[in-house]
Amino acid sequence: MSKKKFVVGAFDDEAVLFPAVKKVRMSGYKIHDVYTPFAVHGLDHALGLRETSLHTAGFIYAITGTCTALGGISYVFTYDWPVNIGGKPHFALPAWIPIIFELTVLFSAVGMVLTFCYLCQLAPFVKKHHFHPRATDDLFVMVIECTAKTNVDDLQAFLTRNGAVEVSVQEAETEWWVGTYDKEQRLIKDTDFGVA
Amino acid sequence: MHLKYESQLREPLVDGVKDYHQVTEDIVRPIEAKPSKLWYIGFFVSASCLLFGVYSVYREVTYGIGQWNLNKTIGWGWDITNFVWWVGIGHAGTLISAILLLFRQGWRTGVNRAAEAMTIFAVMCAGQFPIFHMGRVWMCFFIFPYPNTRGPVWPNFNSPLMWDVFAISTYFTVSLLFWYSGLIPDFGTVRDRAKTKLRKKLYGIASFGWVGSTKHWQRHEALSLVLAGLATPLVLSVHTIVSMDFATSVIPGWHTTIFPPYFVAGAIFSGFAMTQTLLVVIRKVFNLQEYITLGHVEAMNKVIVLTGSIVGCAYLTELFMGWYSQNKYEGYTFWYSRANLFSPYGWAYWGMMTCNVLSPQIFWFRKMRRNLFVTFFMSVIVNVGMWFERFVIIVTSLYRDYLPSSWAVYYHPSIWEIGFYLGTFGLFFTCFFLFSKYFPTIAIAEIKYILKTSGESFKAKVGSIEMQGVEEFASEHAHIDGHVVAGAHSH
Repeated sequence: MSKKKFVVGAFDDEAVLFPAVKKVRMSGYKIHDVYTPFAVHGLDHALGLRETSLHTAGFIYAITGTCTALGGISYVFTYDWPVNIGGKPHFALPAWIPIIFELTVLFSAVGMVLTFCYLCQLAPFVKKHHFHPRATDDLFVMVIECTAKTNVDDLQAFLTRNGAVEVSVQEAETEWWVGTYDKEQRLIKDTDFGVA
Repeated sequence: MHLKYESQLREPLVDGVKDYHQVTEDIVRPIEAKPSKLWYIGFFVSASCLLFGVYSVYREVTYGIGQWNLNKTIGWGWDITNFVWWVGIGHAGTLISAILLLFRQGWRTGVNRAAEAMTIFAVMCAGQFPIFHMGRVWMCFFIFPYPNTRGPVWPNFNSPLMWDVFAISTYFTVSLLFWYSGLIPDFGTVRDRAKTKLRKKLYGIASFGWVGSTKHWQRHEALSLVLAGLATPLVLSVHTIVSMDFATSVIPGWHTTIFPPYFVAGAIFSGFAMTQTLLVVIRKVFNLQEYITLGHVEAMNKVIVLTGSIVGCAYLTELFMGWYSQNKYEGYTFWYSRANLFSPYGWAYWGMMTCNVLSPQIFWFRKMRRNLFVTFFMSVIVNVGMWFERFVIIVTSLYRDYLPSSWAVYYHPSIWEIGFYLGTFGLFFTCFFLFSKYFPTIAIAEIKYILKTSGESFKAKVGSIEMQGVEEFASEHAHIDGHVVAGAHSH
């Protein structure tokens, strides 16, 4: 686990944060992450993050639930133990719709929440490095990863110029949870950039 | 950056001059302060009710269902009435958090957290009744389909009672996940403010290590939206399936196709009433009037008068069909056992009619919708009425059926039946007191999200721009001769 150096800039208004994100990225710095107290819509696009595929996962879990219910009940009522209930057909599909629906929803919801926790590495007793304690209160905290070429003082001045109310330099261990988005974040020169 | 623009004409959802930090302060304050005397009194009263309930259930488990005054004819009495009543109450939370999210109703943010908590506790209470009605409660796992050594003998998947098992357990699980996933960021906020080590540790565990990364928020939004999409049909399915417990039978008074929509409307009706009961108190006790505004109260009262009237239509339709079908059993149930004030249970029917259909009509008046005393009083009345509705449906259909020789004598609950009901009240309020003390009762992150579009102080700034815009618009579109200015007056 190597230690990495980060320049941390805290903003107190999302309207200031957006242009700052744009400028920082235009200048070729790599934003490690932005920590916000609530979901700031469009920030993920501004950072160049790709859309999440959580929906697709949810759909796959839902289909799994549907198949489990349909398969399970069919197996039980037509093969394993076909009970004669008032002479009604063994394969009584309309009567199974409620349970099929419930299991679809159940599988999808549980699966999605677990996937969400896995992807974000969230679990009880997990403790992550916090760059600024007020990031969950009222500050929008931009964290920029330093490379060998980065001039830390310049970068700090650059952030202040662009509206950061607090600037600091921090070291953090790049543990499994730090989760950089190397693969996700496209570099600015590769793509047309616009604040969504 | 707020791309959403909200008109000045809309009432602000957050009153007062607020910034993000102030929102955190206001909502987290009750968690960090010592509970008041009133809180302790309320908590101990609830816990005592819970204990009495536990003892009542102990009697029932030890001596059998005979401890209740059910009989061969009235096999479902208070227990199933209470079950349906609690499940109904458990409908408002997910409706507020899911359906109103899909409909983009901003006012849900102030009330969704408490309403969802209420949902979860209400469903917990509801579940107790069918489980203990089984009699041999230690065998209750027999309802789950698992490969067993008894054949295997499987449960009957064609039975509405089995559908209920799946519906209620799915509903409970999904509501819990939805509620908790929304709580994670707010627990993070509480953790980062914590002064003591223990508090930091406990809220740290509860927050799952949330730090508010952009990517996490992106996924969190996606998760909330899809869960809302899943929960919306789920809410409707749960009470539909509960109604099928009755509707698929051949008992007069139960055997009606109108039941699913009628039950769902009734569930939303009673759920909103219970939400009102709790929120009117919470906003006062925890000083949250600026977040749960009169506008919120009014919006919920509108839902109450709407759903109350839908339920009223259903009652009248049932009566009409009881006559129009010319089926003498239907006619007897609806026109004698229920609508006749002088039949043994006529009082219950008319109590229901008064509480559910007539009295909520008061909410057609704006002044009444925004009056907290009227709101609180009506919320209790509605819940009494909804309890009567379930009692009427269950007992008046059962006590005199096709065979006069098995007509039951008057049914009145035993002390242990009442004790069980009281116990679920204890469970509900004990949980709710704990929730209101240790959990953020309002979704902090969601309030922050709407603050700049719907907060009073921010709207005031937008206001002048908007008014100017109207005038410009009007002058642009004025008639050439200049004396008709479209739009200027109507705004």
